[in-house]
Amino acid sequence: MRSKEPAPDPVASRFRQLVLPHLDAAYNYARYLARDGTAAEDIVQDAFLRAWKGYYSCRGSEKSWLLAIVRNCFHDWTRVNRSFSVEADPLEEIAQLAGDEEPEDVLLRGLDLAMLRDTITRLPEPFREALVLRKLEELSYREIATLTAAPIGTVMSRLARGRDMLSKLVLERGNEGMRS
Amino acid sequence: MTTCPDREMALHAMVDGELDSMASVSLEAHVRGCAGCRAALARLEDIRARFAENDLRYSAPQSLRDAVVAMLPDPTTMPARRDAPPRVMPWLAGGAIGALAASIALLLAMPTLSEGTLPDELVAAHIRSLQVAHLIDIQTSDRHVVKPWFNGRIDFAPPVVDLVSVGFPLVGGRLDYIGDRDVAVLVYGRRLHRINLFIRPAPAGVLPVSATLRRDSYNMVRWKSSGLEYWAVSDVEAGELREFRDAFRRATGT
Repeated sequence: MRSKEPAPDPVASRFRQLVLPHLDAAYNYARYLARDGTAAEDIVQDAFLRAWKGYYSCRGSEKSWLLAIVRNCFHDWTRVNRSFSVEADPLEEIAQLAGDEEPEDVLLRGLDLAMLRDTITRLPEPFREALVLRKLEELSYREIATLTAAPIGTVMSRLARGRDMLSKLVLERGNEGMRS
Repeated sequence: MTTCPDREMALHAMVDGELDSMASVSLEAHVRGCAGCRAALARLEDIRARFAENDLRYSAPQSLRDAVVAMLPDPTTMPARRDAPPRVMPWLAGGAIGALAASIALLLAMPTLSEGTLPDELVAAHIRSLQVAHLIDIQTSDRHVVKPWFNGRIDFAPPVVDLVSVGFPLVGGRLDYIGDRDVAVLVYGRRLHRINLFIRPAPAGVLPVSATLRRDSYNMVRWKSSGLEYWAVSDVEAGELREFRDAFRRATGT
């Protein structure tokens, strides 16, 4: 049943104004979680469908709420696609990545966007997730703790360890390259 | 030369701006005297700078954006049927559907009572007034302020009364645009509810009878008096809305 002269649907407008702008954040988060562009698209579509259906349950920050839904969708997706969820050993993979290249090339790539992204992608999931939420999506420690259902101390130690891994993987390799 | 284990987490928190100022002061003092922590802090700052230099975020591809937008209901149409109840004033959407049904029933049962889409427009205007903070153009309970405010804005003079003594305080007034013309709207309160009273010159052929419509929690009462047509729209009980009409008619002597 549609009105002959359309009047605005307030809930749909509100959703578009307050939730849709976080599409990039949702995709970015899903992309780093799933480590695959196509999978991230599926996850985000699923997440927006659920978000729209459950919009009445949104309290407080739309962004955190949407990202929590993305997180659930990712975990559902992982259950169906187990082969994607194999955790990589970051140190080993980075070693392989840089193994057959000259140190100068490693240094150049260390400054490269793709290299940094790639390095983050290779971190184990909890550390990767915490870093993406903090450094890229700029959520507070408390928001990350709520979103990932972890104590705030755990979030802090994940961030600390994640960053240590990153600096070991990226910076030290770069420094070694400069010294040699 | 290593980081002090008990301060490692605090260093990260400081770089993230999550350390309170007192803790920062004492940590900064410590870092000045501790080479290991100083080196750790420098490394963290370096990483932070790397992140700041490169936007490492992925943007949603246009195809995804299109797919998501296509999935959402068109916001330019009235909510028809939805799986989930809306978050914003859930009674409004239900009321809107009810009022739409009510208006259709009205058109079928009493074709001479209204013209075309008028009840729809009134309901839409009522909903709009509650949503977009455009409930009131002139906010006052003083009828001597509201009445002159309409002068020069519309070509008729609506009667303005305060009904606070009978439990319907005057909240204010505004102009709205209904049925291709400006209409006067008086806004009254009833506990936490709002009553929008739309007033316009009665179009020719309008019956001088009063009518009440009731569907769900949404009510409209219409009457005609002294060449003006009145529509009271609210979510208060129909009985209360009729009480409001009677009080208004008594007070204005119409």
